[in-house]
Amino acid sequence: MSELNRTPLHDLHVELGGKMVPFAGYEMPVQFALGVKKEHEHTRAACGLFDVSHMGQVIVRGADPAGALEALVPADIVGLAVGAQRYALFTNDQGGILDDLMVVKGEDHLYLVVNAACKEQDVAHLRAGLGDDYEVEVLDRGLLALQGPQATTVMQRLCPAACDMVFMQHARFEIDGIAVWASRSGYTGEDGFEISVAASDAERLARRLLAEPEVEPIGLGARDSLRLEAGLCLYGHDIDTTTTPVEAGLIWAIGKPRRRGGEREGGFPGAELILQQVEDKDHTRKRVGLLGEGRAPVREGAELYSEEGEKIGVVTSGGFGPSVGKPVAMGYVAIEHAALDNQVFAEVRGKRLPMTIARMPFVTPGYYRG
Amino acid sequence: MSTIPANLSYTESHEWVLDNGDGTVTVGITDHAQQALGDVVFVELPEVGRELDAGEEFGVIESVKAASDLYAPLAGEVLEVNEALEDAPETVNESPYEDGWIAKLKPADITVLDNLLDADAYAQLAEEDD
Repeated sequence: MSELNRTPLHDLHVELGGKMVPFAGYEMPVQFALGVKKEHEHTRAACGLFDVSHMGQVIVRGADPAGALEALVPADIVGLAVGAQRYALFTNDQGGILDDLMVVKGEDHLYLVVNAACKEQDVAHLRAGLGDDYEVEVLDRGLLALQGPQATTVMQRLCPAACDMVFMQHARFEIDGIAVWASRSGYTGEDGFEISVAASDAERLARRLLAEPEVEPIGLGARDSLRLEAGLCLYGHDIDTTTTPVEAGLIWAIGKPRRRGGEREGGFPGAELILQQVEDKDHTRKRVGLLGEGRAPVREGAELYSEEGEKIGVVTSGGFGPSVGKPVAMGYVAIEHAALDNQVFAEVRGKRLPMTIARMPFVTPGYYRG
Repeated sequence: MSTIPANLSYTESHEWVLDNGDGTVTVGITDHAQQALGDVVFVELPEVGRELDAGEEFGVIESVKAASDLYAPLAGEVLEVNEALEDAPETVNESPYEDGWIAKLKPADITVLDNLLDADAYAQLAEEDD
């Protein structure tokens, strides 16, 4: 087995009693002393600190990097304001999704955050797609996420200027003398900040944040249940090379100027198929939210059936939603069964458990929009 | 560190068995097992009256992390199940040896209890597991 990578916070995780597991090539804490459920609840009620340093942080430099990146993603990057962040997808020629990512527009560069497991592939894809005129630099930085309704209470004390940002804005700040780049965003459905910091300062920053009474360290287990309740996709599970953005319900990640009739129509991999699906809505399956009626969690891989017993889909993420108080899942179902409030049945250990197609997010988002 | 009461018998699959002294036994999962599983969110209980073989799967415990099968520590009939777990599965975490019991069985042959692990042997197994 190849050696696992460690983030700059590895020793701190161990010191805090983090239960370390392999994840996307890294040794990461799946939970701390509170345990997954309490960590989840604490993040929804107060504030949690997540180490997401395993994710790839990339800078793209060159002439008009926004225009160049649009050759690889269907998002509107050209129209993004400096200091704003946007969700984007790397698509392939078949209209599938290679990865999902966050893009920040800087004065003369783009700052991207990509999934840990896709990082090397994404960088190769960027270099091949952008060509030699663009520099693609992989940063060796830490990335911390401070999430929850009290994240702003904490930042008000340590970095009040960051609290002037609204959802999906990004800027540079100092926290206790430490230079950081922060965005107002996250992966929990809550208000919060994602804070990029030099690897050498990451532990000091994490300790400083953890010293605030509202803040608890949170592991990957709660990160997953939080993002599931927030209706956010996990790459490799809810979206992958076999799912198109339209099937995945991510049409909003296709910028208006990139659609048919738009000023920069198409020009990204798989554009013909994806834009045709946007227009004709003739895709045959769709990602939906599923709410269980009993208590048994319905997990990834569970097959979905119609009332008549016909197989109509599969669960791609699922578990018990601590804040919802019920089993929650997402998955793909045949379009004719995808209407809200429609009842379907998930097969778990030979039993068919009723589930309702439900609106996502399953919880009310706490994003700060000013 | 987990609690391992001396008066119980144990299986390698982390169930405990209490001899009720009236020809019946009570079965649950150990403190060590509930710690390893994490927050329990669902317990699938066996049907009362079901005849179990030793080692047969007779239920499932689902935590926030994963599903884990329950195995019958000995052969016997299910006399009673802890229905309170249907609404409060977290009781398995809070009180694994008392309120979080899973089922009462009438063993076909209670003397097989002697073949199970005692507290010392289970403590060693739990330690190796960590």
